[in-house]
Amino acid sequence: MKQLTILSGKGGTGKTTITASLAVLARNAVLADCDVDAPDLHMLLHPEVIKTQEFKGSKISVVDKTKCDNCGFCREKCRFDAITEAIEVDPIACEGCGVCAAICPTDAITLAERVSGYAYISKTKYGFMAHALLSPGEANSGKLVTLVRQNARILSEKENSDLIIIDGPPGIGCPVIASVTGVDTGLVVTEPTLSGIHDLNRALRLLKHFNVTPFVCVNMYDINRDNTEKIMRFCKENSIEIAGRIPFNPKVTEAMVNGKAVIEYSPESDVAKEIEVIWKKLRSSLKSGEGFQKP
Amino acid sequence: MIVSVASGKGGTGKTSVAVNMALSVGNVQLLDCDVEEPNAHLLLHPNMHRTEPVYVLVPLINEELCLHCGECAKFCQYNALFDSPEKILFFPELCHSCGGCTLACPRQAITEKERRIGALKFGSAGDVELVYGELDVGEPMAVPIIKAVKKQIEDNKNVIIDAPVGTSCPVIETVRESDFCVLVTEPTPFGLHDLKITVQVLRKMKVPFAVVVNRAGIGDKKVYTYCKEEKIPILMEIPYQRKIAELYSKGVPFSLEMPEWKEKFQTLFNKIRKLVEE
Repeated sequence: MKQLTILSGKGGTGKTTITASLAVLARNAVLADCDVDAPDLHMLLHPEVIKTQEFKGSKISVVDKTKCDNCGFCREKCRFDAITEAIEVDPIACEGCGVCAAICPTDAITLAERVSGYAYISKTKYGFMAHALLSPGEANSGKLVTLVRQNARILSEKENSDLIIIDGPPGIGCPVIASVTGVDTGLVVTEPTLSGIHDLNRALRLLKHFNVTPFVCVNMYDINRDNTEKIMRFCKENSIEIAGRIPFNPKVTEAMVNGKAVIEYSPESDVAKEIEVIWKKLRSSLKSGEGFQKP
Repeated sequence: MIVSVASGKGGTGKTSVAVNMALSVGNVQLLDCDVEEPNAHLLLHPNMHRTEPVYVLVPLINEELCLHCGECAKFCQYNALFDSPEKILFFPELCHSCGGCTLACPRQAITEKERRIGALKFGSAGDVELVYGELDVGEPMAVPIIKAVKKQIEDNKNVIIDAPVGTSCPVIETVRESDFCVLVTEPTPFGLHDLKITVQVLRKMKVPFAVVVNRAGIGDKKVYTYCKEEKIPILMEIPYQRKIAELYSKGVPFSLEMPEWKEKFQTLFNKIRKLVEE
């Protein structure tokens, strides 16, 4: 079983658009939406939820006011400024470390389980899907990503699927690290803007750090051809394979408005054709497990 | 006044709005709290003055005093410490720097040391002062760097904060203590879906907010219907124009090349001030 993560560093470069079309092309891959704080893939793939799971990623301190004598020791020792002057716990700031509970002289504080979101196992037209939603204002998205990936692995074993396609979150921090550790291939979707290039660079360094084979795709490449050229040159110099270049096309937004992957909505468009090219390159590299050029 | 610029969906134009607003208003401090992928400097082209490392505190175990009782590992809620027969193993990326292990150790064998996870960078362009954080590649925790950036806030300035994308801990840490939050969205299903999640977060945090619609003209009208139903003011619309996209791709804030926008961003800031004063 192989794993492919679509990531970007910079947000809004087209990760989900490309993931949905790859899901259509792959047939029978297991899909995992690892953007757990703002997941969007379900709007294109319309999963039917089969199973819902509570996500208990952390704990939260609870003060028993009948035992508390307002000494303020907890407030002094809390490094997250999570205890108010009135000795109440700020649920947004509390990271559930347990220091307050341990040091409270009157044992007024305990740690309680906290439900921070939900994980789902679903069925789509194009294969099974693991996804999740972090509750508003909750932390620990990295742990929820790990749960989504576990669910995807279980699904792929059950369904005898040989590929998991992971839609990653933007950035390079904890949920992104959780989305790329242990995967075979990372497809970095970038755009030919200065921010796109800057963030591509950091995303590629992250893949190298975690020993994941990189591919690059330049989306909306015709917005700035000079910058596209720069990206191509950079990739060539660093022996990173370009999976493809996708032109700007309003059909992409139209497809989104119609709740469809662009490859279903407009299969003859230049965008759809290029995504097919990208898929062929990724597939042959994932299948062979060879021909990978390590950065 | 502290105004943060945020959005659940990436690539909607947060940095563009933050930088163009900063360039249109006087006496400004611009803070880029998107420490995973800081981009404001790519539009602002500041002169950089200095860099400061950001450290977090992690446990330092004195093996001579340690009896391997395992109390520290038992205490750690983040599984950053593991009691193996030979030694206590420490996984620095998992540590939240709560200091609990130093308290849990019955032999006082644990003290703390500093560990670098990123840097703060200071610069300026004209009368805009810029501070941004940069997380080292491979480090998972953005929040301590965001806190370090926010410590630089100068009270007498118009503070504009470019927030990270999403709705989880980095965004929450950034927006906490802001007087107002501008939510930048685009009129597409993804834009709307992620806007709704962000609105829930801000309501929970009790931070007042309003919307700026970027790339107006693409997609559909549902963002407008939603804002009307929820009584969320739309303070500004930026149309989808190829010229704006091309200027952005070259790292040029569009209000510099299209001066009518400078006034519009001033108006935006004044509207925000009025809403905050109410």
